[in-house]
Amino acid sequence: MSALATAGATVGGGRRRLAGSRVVTGLCVAIVAVALLAAVLGPLLAPHDPNAADLNNAFVGPYGDHPLGFDGQGRDLLSRLLDGARSSMLGPAIVVAVAMAAGTLLAVVSAWLGGWVDSAIGAVLDVLFAFPAVLLAILAAAVFGAGLTAAALALAVAYTPYIARVLRSAALRERAREYVAALEVQGLPAVAICVRHLLPNMVGLVAAQATLLFGYAMVDLAAVSFIGLGVQPPQADWGVMVASGRAGVLQGYPAEALSAGLCIVLVVVAVNLLGERIAQRDGGGAR
Amino acid sequence: MVGFALKRAALLIATLLVSSFVVFSALFIAPGNPLAQLSGGRTLPPEAVAALEQRYHLDDPFLVRYWHWLTSALHGDFGDSIAARESVSAVIGQRIGTTAALVALAALIIVVAGIGLGLLAGLRPGLADGGVLVLTSVLAAVPSFLAAIVLISLFSVNLGWLPALGNGSGFADGVKHLVLPAFALALASLAIVARVTRVAVREELGREHVQTATSRGIPRAQVIRRHVLRNAAIPITTITGITIASLIATSAVVETAFSLNGLGSALVQAAATKDFAVVQGIALVLVVAFVLVNVLVDLLYALLDPRIALGSRAT
Repeated sequence: MSALATAGATVGGGRRRLAGSRVVTGLCVAIVAVALLAAVLGPLLAPHDPNAADLNNAFVGPYGDHPLGFDGQGRDLLSRLLDGARSSMLGPAIVVAVAMAAGTLLAVVSAWLGGWVDSAIGAVLDVLFAFPAVLLAILAAAVFGAGLTAAALALAVAYTPYIARVLRSAALRERAREYVAALEVQGLPAVAICVRHLLPNMVGLVAAQATLLFGYAMVDLAAVSFIGLGVQPPQADWGVMVASGRAGVLQGYPAEALSAGLCIVLVVVAVNLLGERIAQRDGGGAR
Repeated sequence: MVGFALKRAALLIATLLVSSFVVFSALFIAPGNPLAQLSGGRTLPPEAVAALEQRYHLDDPFLVRYWHWLTSALHGDFGDSIAARESVSAVIGQRIGTTAALVALAALIIVVAGIGLGLLAGLRPGLADGGVLVLTSVLAAVPSFLAAIVLISLFSVNLGWLPALGNGSGFADGVKHLVLPAFALALASLAIVARVTRVAVREELGREHVQTATSRGIPRAQVIRRHVLRNAAIPITTITGITIASLIATSAVVETAFSLNGLGSALVQAAATKDFAVVQGIALVLVVAFVLVNVLVDLLYALLDPRIALGSRAT
């Protein structure tokens, strides 16, 4: 009942044409590939030490082998963007892994068993819907201390109901199909049917949901880092950089905040369009 | 309709009870002694420790403690802020106005600009439609905190039209200080509302009853008002309500970006300093507001579309 489900369903309609174009898909794959490469190899690719500060260089513009210039503490901006890719991509990956695992499990168990199990799981999920994701992440930071792990796990908990709800209806559809009944008559155990037959038939939808979730998680995690409850400075992270760049913005040097923000927007848009594309190939199953 | 409202109210009370329980018990999930949590790791004088033990009934069973906390909270007593040395209800009282005004202003922007742009795009295919599509695609992709930074950079630092930070003093100045934050909060949701409005209007325009009305010679303005907008209002109201509800949590991010003295920024500070009574109090207020707005949306939805209430009575 919030942005995740609705935005996914509505913006999707308008983007369908755009997402269908091969050029756009190629571009999106390229953006995500670069971000992943930076996340894995970031520190190796960075031309300078991302944490080496030199106040003489504060807010100095691009020159020589500093193609993006420096931030307010005189640290090389490009190096920090590359280094920041790691936590910026890792956080959403944790959210996606946990929320998809929990959501898929709950969905399949609900759909398969039905009855009171389904109602009980549904009731628990309904309560979780009452917690906006960012609010849950703030609560988690208060309890466990500020940090990427607590924030990512809290967001995973907040997003699980959305995933579980979408996948449950898909699992119910599969459950009602004849091949499932046939396998049951053959005496195959329920777990085996679910793992070997039912889940593989839902893989397109799961992939589409995971990809779209990555985008939402990235925005929310960056927001949590921005308000100081996620990744902690001086570690480079795109959300942290937008926050630390705020001082520069006020002094008329928006390069740090805007470049980090642009990284977030590019990856989020690319991931969303790819998610739409996967959903389309799956026959629009994501809706 | 009454049955539907009653059913929704029962569900509401259950949700509020459970979510208040979650907010309360979060304190006790934390590793270590709840006293250490409540004091935020500060060393307190023995009388303060005794006061905390008594206030939180730390010697009582867990459910009894929850009951004490909940009943005091219902009386407007959320305990005391350790950092601010005042009651949590005083902290909430000072700040709730800012947050309410911010969310209300953002909601106004979403309703006027979001639905307006959506109607424009839906009713006028071609250039207007294309422009709205491009604009909303860009806006939907910009997170609120980045929108805040861009707006500050553009309208405060470069153009100098509006103040960047703080609450301002007095009514007019206060509103002036809320303009940029409200836009930062509203922009992404505005794009989603515009998109949904556009699609809803398009769908209704293509319906047979609309074509029939047009072929009967009913003036276009009347067809649009009576047949298109009346039906399109259902999805538009739903998406507007849902996005406005989601603003309540996002306001914490925007208030922090603009150094506004609202509930959200107080929550963020309290979470960072482990001022737990404040975290619980504000989290509870925000969750209640979020749930209430969602319930209002559901009721409005049932009013606009009688099939919903009928369906719930049938089950």
